[in-house]
Amino acid sequence: MVDYLLILVSTVLVNNFVLVQFLGLCPFMGVSSRLETAMGMSLATTFVLTLASLCSYLTYTYLLEPFGLEFLQTISFILVIAFVVQFTEMVVHKTSPLLHKVLGIFLPLITTNCAVLGVALLNIKKANGFIESILYGFGAAVGFSLVLILFAAMRERITVADVPAPFKGAAIAMMSAGIMSLAFMGFTGLVAI
Amino acid sequence: MQTLYLAIVILALLAIVFGAILGFAAIRFKVDGDPIVDQIDNLLPQTQCGQCGHPGCRPYAEAIANGEAINHCPPGGETTIKALADLLDVEAIPLDAEHGTEAIRTIAYIREDECIGCTKCIQACPVDAILGAAKQMHTVIIDECTGCDLCVEPCPVDCIDMIPIDVTPVSWHWQQPEQLIATSSLPHSHGESDHA
Repeated sequence: MVDYLLILVSTVLVNNFVLVQFLGLCPFMGVSSRLETAMGMSLATTFVLTLASLCSYLTYTYLLEPFGLEFLQTISFILVIAFVVQFTEMVVHKTSPLLHKVLGIFLPLITTNCAVLGVALLNIKKANGFIESILYGFGAAVGFSLVLILFAAMRERITVADVPAPFKGAAIAMMSAGIMSLAFMGFTGLVAI
Repeated sequence: MQTLYLAIVILALLAIVFGAILGFAAIRFKVDGDPIVDQIDNLLPQTQCGQCGHPGCRPYAEAIANGEAINHCPPGGETTIKALADLLDVEAIPLDAEHGTEAIRTIAYIREDECIGCTKCIQACPVDAILGAAKQMHTVIIDECTGCDLCVEPCPVDCIDMIPIDVTPVSWHWQQPEQLIATSSLPHSHGESDHA
């Protein structure tokens, strides 16, 4: 039980995927200009990352490992994740228009994201078990969501602030991201995983 | 060598199975059209007048779904803009004067003794609200007419009038005061490039 909690704290705060491991930076910069879209993206990412770590674990353990085909992990993970997300998107589109309105456009966007593949590959590298894999993916997604929403809230305030002309737009966003990353370094050493 | 074949077979199998399931799902879970376009189309007045710059109400509905401003519809006026703003969860903005102003609702009336039966107005009518045949007197079906003005111009004898419809308790709406909320004009706005 403590192990599981440690995995969550570790992925959310200490080894945050965006600010410490620098994965998933494109949605972090791209979708953070409005708080609403950031929330939609966070939900979609949470869903995809959890699902991806589950699927990639099953693929690796029951398909690749028995045949000694571990070197196929990257390509088969991409295949599996893209398939599962696309399939879910279709089902959601048909069955729940409301949910599709919230998640719809973000699902295909996040599918081929480096954070998603990163979670799958890191799970294998760390030899995580079934539940650990899912928790690792979920934790990574919660960490991503936390940072994305915080950053979006910050950027919304920055747009109305009096920023010097040379720093306007992307420049000030990059700088605030850097400072946020420095702040998250303060968590280093909290959990050793 | 055996590993190579195994790898190819496994990957090919994965791809074929996934492809088949996705292909099946594309048919099984097919969603007809874009529902938001239908919803927008329902709110537009269906005058098909083309004042928004699109050939009809449905093309404009598609354009709105793709991000065009919601204030290009003079026949719909403020009511339509408010309904669209509610549906799309955006701010209601005043009507764009470039596309015309909200006029009093009118319908076409043909002065029947002057009509020469040229059928030009019938061709112009976007909603088929004009009855008549060549060299026969034409007349307007009042219930169908949307008041779009498009038949007035083609008439060679100028026998079509646009007459305003009487305001009924159903169509009357309260005139909003011009300035309801006091706004302060800032002497120096922040963040402008004046001093940059």
